[in-house]
Amino acid sequence: MADWRDEIFAALKAAEIRQVGYVPDAGHARLIELCHDDPEIRAVPLTTEEEGVALAAGAWLGGQRTALLMQSSGVGNCINMLSLAKTCRFPLVVLVAMRGEWAEFNPWQVPMGSRMRTALELCDVLVYRVERPEEAAETVTAALDIAYNGDLATAVLLAQRLIGAKRWVK
Amino acid sequence: MIANDRRLDRRAAMRALLENRGDLLLVTGLGSTTWDAAAVGDDDRNFYLWGAMGAAAMLGLGLALARPERRILVVTGDGEMLMGLGALATIGVQRPQNLALAVFDNGRYGETGMQASHTDGTVNLTGVARACGIEQVFDIADEAALRHFTGLVHSAEATLFARVAIRAEDPPRVLPLRDGVLLKARFRRAIGAEGA
Repeated sequence: MADWRDEIFAALKAAEIRQVGYVPDAGHARLIELCHDDPEIRAVPLTTEEEGVALAAGAWLGGQRTALLMQSSGVGNCINMLSLAKTCRFPLVVLVAMRGEWAEFNPWQVPMGSRMRTALELCDVLVYRVERPEEAAETVTAALDIAYNGDLATAVLLAQRLIGAKRWVK
Repeated sequence: MIANDRRLDRRAAMRALLENRGDLLLVTGLGSTTWDAAAVGDDDRNFYLWGAMGAAAMLGLGLALARPERRILVVTGDGEMLMGLGALATIGVQRPQNLALAVFDNGRYGETGMQASHTDGTVNLTGVARACGIEQVFDIADEAALRHFTGLVHSAEATLFARVAIRAEDPPRVLPLRDGVLLKARFRRAIGAEGA
């Protein structure tokens, strides 16, 4: 079986995603690499996650589909910018690599990690969660479908248990 | 214009930027630059931000990357640009050849009582843009320089950044459509992006 990260990338390709904004996270490292290597995808590194919400809106005004990659702590940076997606009904697909939950070493990751789902839902973002590798691609595809068929904002949370807890002590 | 006043009238500056606009696409930031664009005249190819402060430059980048065959102009204010200053770093890395940014700089937060912004103090936006890797940077305080820049908006094969010094005035508000869904839909229809 293919790696679940490669399957998510295949789902993005199948949905004709053309721009991918990201703030790096170890959990997204493989996906970021695949996006940079693909000639059909423009991978855009961001200085802060909220830039990606505006990037996605601009791309959609021009007729291109996007995905936005970030870590759970980055969701907090997006809150006001999500008003752009809601007020204009821009489609949005955010893939969130979770921190601050399963076997987290760093307590500073916990406040956003444990509350960002609620924060997203308060902003009317539809939230899906992936715990097991075999669910990853189909969940991303489902989010892409509902976002781009319905002009809705969605987020897919990739559980820390799925990604693997970050190792701090060698 | 008053003699020796090294700043432009904001409405006249917007009118100059949009003269003979051809198929130029326009994004404006919250709030006064949106009123300036509406005062010049509504157009389906204008996307006015009424909120999401800090979004204008990044929205322009997404649009420029999606439509490399079109010219994109973002006009926003100093306060709106300062809120998304990191966007200049992101744009400096991408440098699309069809994107121009013009920041109307009066050193004030005009919508909230004309409080001083950082550009009234130590911050120089052209210096920031240049340091972010944007190569064609202009500091504009007169009509001739603005005309030159407007020509480049239609022809340069480079990302452009202009700081346009404007007077701290509060002209009568001219409010465009504020329904975001309608603004989005009519813009996409006008440029043939609907089928995507």
